[in-house]
Amino acid sequence: MENMVNVFLFGKKYEVPDNLTIMNAMEYAGYQLVRGCGCRNGFCGACATVYRIKGDRELKACLACQTKVEDNMYIATLPFFPLVKQVYDIEKITPSEAVMMQLYPEIYACIGCNACTKSCTQGLNVMQYIAYAQRGDFEKCAEESFDCVMCGVCSSRCPAGISHPQVAMLARRINGKYLAPGCGHLEDRVKEIKDGTFTDLIEALMQKPVEELKELYNNRDIEK
Amino acid sequence: MYSEKFQNSIAAVEAAREKNIALEPERMTAKQKEDLLAAYHPDYKQGEFAQLQIGANKGDKVPTELAQMLQAHSRIAADRVDLENPKYDVDVLVIGGGGAGASAAIEANEAGADVMIVTKLRIGDANTMMAEGGIQAADKPNDSPAIHFVDAFGGGHFAAKRELLSKLVCDAPRSIKWLSDLGVEFDKEADGTMITTHGGGTSRKRMHAAKDYSGAEIMRTLRDEVINRGIPVVDFTAAIELILDENGNAAGAVLMNMETKELMVARAKTVIIATGGAGRMHYQGFPTSNHYGATADGLVLGYRVGAKLLYAETLQYHPTGAAYPAQIFGALVTEKVRSLGAKLVNANGEVFMHPLETRDVAAASIIRECGERDNGVDTGNGKAVWLDTPMIEKIGGEGTIEKRIPAMMRMFAKYGIDIRKEPILVYPTLHYQNGGLDITPDCMTTNVKNLFVAGEAVGGIHGKNRLMGNSLLDIIVFGRSAGTNAAKAAKQTTLGKLTLDHIAKFEKEIADAGIETDAVSPKLLPDYTRKNNTL
Repeated sequence: MENMVNVFLFGKKYEVPDNLTIMNAMEYAGYQLVRGCGCRNGFCGACATVYRIKGDRELKACLACQTKVEDNMYIATLPFFPLVKQVYDIEKITPSEAVMMQLYPEIYACIGCNACTKSCTQGLNVMQYIAYAQRGDFEKCAEESFDCVMCGVCSSRCPAGISHPQVAMLARRINGKYLAPGCGHLEDRVKEIKDGTFTDLIEALMQKPVEELKELYNNRDIEK
Repeated sequence: MYSEKFQNSIAAVEAAREKNIALEPERMTAKQKEDLLAAYHPDYKQGEFAQLQIGANKGDKVPTELAQMLQAHSRIAADRVDLENPKYDVDVLVIGGGGAGASAAIEANEAGADVMIVTKLRIGDANTMMAEGGIQAADKPNDSPAIHFVDAFGGGHFAAKRELLSKLVCDAPRSIKWLSDLGVEFDKEADGTMITTHGGGTSRKRMHAAKDYSGAEIMRTLRDEVINRGIPVVDFTAAIELILDENGNAAGAVLMNMETKELMVARAKTVIIATGGAGRMHYQGFPTSNHYGATADGLVLGYRVGAKLLYAETLQYHPTGAAYPAQIFGALVTEKVRSLGAKLVNANGEVFMHPLETRDVAAASIIRECGERDNGVDTGNGKAVWLDTPMIEKIGGEGTIEKRIPAMMRMFAKYGIDIRKEPILVYPTLHYQNGGLDITPDCMTTNVKNLFVAGEAVGGIHGKNRLMGNSLLDIIVFGRSAGTNAAKAAKQTTLGKLTLDHIAKFEKEIADAGIETDAVSPKLLPDYTRKNNTL
């Protein structure tokens, strides 16, 4: 027999099995989800949710698809949060501190309350990566923020109105494009293909009878 | 921490770990693989397929659940919409907001076309976002597009359309460079050399990754670029029917707001179907690693206007779906876990196969181990085998898991399982739609003009089984190409009068074939609600 718990979806009480995730509990209760449901596997950030266990002071945040229900859980989903995303031309920006100053000046209004970090559904050190962004240290900001799913809970808790996920997105793109070391073997191969180095080889494969290709495949030399 | 009932089996896995790490299991011969697949792979279960009675693939067999959708009624009658007053009027209409759709939109925009994206959830709600392991490209000195071709052609059972596959492998390095130039952060050595690993069935280490958030990193970057370019994204809006013009060419789509159900018309000179896969159809009752909207919509939309399918009977069951705990049943455990050294081990602690066989072979092998051979672990929700993740730390050194597969570590940690110290339980999960709409190398369908397709909705690029890392690659290669070619075609197109006559024509085919069904399609979303005496 399943153990049942009481949850309060948007304040309304439902009895659900205790082994369900919040998302499954909503479906068990009868909600056909359109909002607040995406990959159902913790990668897309669609199902940001806030909850409070009756009697606790602390408001917690999570992804509904990754979190089990608890008894007396008061649940409100946050299927959309108005993050600010500034537009820019990735070809024209420069990897300097000034970019942040220009596009996301509100990061310098951070009061250090750490509410962002405390609320992060991925357990990231959000305030730290914003500090890196303030300093123009894009590489560190990119690294620290890498696992961000852009659910927006951090921003919902921020008294300074920072859109943390978008700041981190900019830092990662700058890092990936301008600061990470270039890749010689990739450049070489792109050029070789452009120059037609492999054209004859590919053309030959296109014409070969299937039996010959089977032979080739079954006797491949496999890199250790 | 696992409960008591798993402890005996875990002890056997631990006792054999050192020996199993040292073991180099033999690869199966071609004959062994063939026999295994025929006996255990879900694609070979005749009773699970139905013959199509109408449409361009009449006589072909496809999964029963797909046949029902392909031969279902339209959600609308033609007179429900006013084709003369479209809400949107563009050069290129992209249906789908995943990696293929976003790539297509960026390139169509680059080519100067007026392009818009319509997507039934949000941009980025797509299987692309969930691809963990990586993206293939033959860019190392010991590798070449030709070797990549042979790996993929053999892995796909020699059934790929060669002109599509050669485009895939030859455009691969250029695609990595394009992504890198957009700011995608690939894992690199300090000198810029790409860190690459094997995937199942590869003969060279050509899997590029961004930790185990490879798809997420690509998708969020593409999404950012779409927004930077000001490309309109109409979200929470599904395409429910294609529109043709009087000449029979694709000319737009009927759209439906997912929340208000408002119907709208989008007129377009060219249309790109980039609707993705079908995991949420749950073929043969399998769980799935796919996102919520993976319901084969594009195949249905295309089929109803006469487009042809190729290999729609072949699905990919990813060998390692999470089998325990129940909350993450069916979720993807990336192949990269095996690339990094973890082996598949049965309940007795025995390695029963080479961990890097192709996905179809690995899935069939696990099904056999849990079925006929009865060497599976009872999870309380079916049988499963171990994937011995602690091997990774022993082989690569402490910290390897946290650095290379943080998403996996996090997913299991939420349920109290530390994958650095404890193995995990896996069983195949429905992962990828190998087949789809039949296209030429310019991404246009073979028989409906100005209807383009890119991404998982395409059939034939991979043949009958896809290698790890070739899907993230195909959404970029064919997504971009579809965008460029659709923009070009739009310039040369003057639309005729729009029509939805195909709906009545298809209805007549349903009636003439004697098909009795209440079903409507496309499906759009699965229904997981518990029916508790609801009205």
